[in-house]
Amino acid sequence: MSLIDIRVQDAAFDPGVLLSAFTTLAAQAGAGAVVCFTGLVRDLPGANGGLSKMVIEHYPGMTESALQSIAEEAATRWSLGPVLILHRYGALTPEEPIMMVATASAHRADAFLAADFLMDYLKSRAPFWKKEFTAEGATWVAAKDSDEDALSRWR
Amino acid sequence: MDVLYFAWVRERIGLPKERVESSAATVMDLVHELSAREDRYALAFSDLTALRVAVDQQLSDFDAPLAGVREIAFFPPMTGG
Repeated sequence: MSLIDIRVQDAAFDPGVLLSAFTTLAAQAGAGAVVCFTGLVRDLPGANGGLSKMVIEHYPGMTESALQSIAEEAATRWSLGPVLILHRYGALTPEEPIMMVATASAHRADAFLAADFLMDYLKSRAPFWKKEFTAEGATWVAAKDSDEDALSRWR
Repeated sequence: MDVLYFAWVRERIGLPKERVESSAATVMDLVHELSAREDRYALAFSDLTALRVAVDQQLSDFDAPLAGVREIAFFPPMTGG
């Protein structure tokens, strides 16, 4: 039995507040371990004036169902308590949190592995696209071969 | 069916979504139909290795059949996280 909480939102979020609520929920569900990953918008030090903003586009409808399937797949592979995936879209500025994954399990190995798996799949199987804006213009972020290669670990 | 475009595919074609009446049997047939319409489509579809396709919101392949399909989306490889 796994509680899956998927959130796709343009609103900013406070990772501490979210993790605190998740930890309470996990504890109540009998978990002994919580693992959390938070992704942040990094500045582009090489770019003239740095990154002014990042815009994330997504595919409403498919995004939620893809994240749900990835989380359900994780719950079949490991013994998990609650799972949370939050991903923002819209305009973000450097240092802002983009996304968070939190997993819970009785012992830490399941939660660590599940969080790692969720991140690998989320990066190249959930329909999000990042565009970076600098003084020189706007560029779509290219997918990395290493992100695709990372999936082979889980097959 | 509805055809959706995301990221640079949307920018290159110039719209996010359109209704397409087509008797294309597969995604690839639809790509050929669209590419024959106008240069902006041909340009967007010029390198299919740079594109991904979703059929009814499930990641799919260019040889997927289109019978009964309501929604197709074309986009570049995803960059979430």
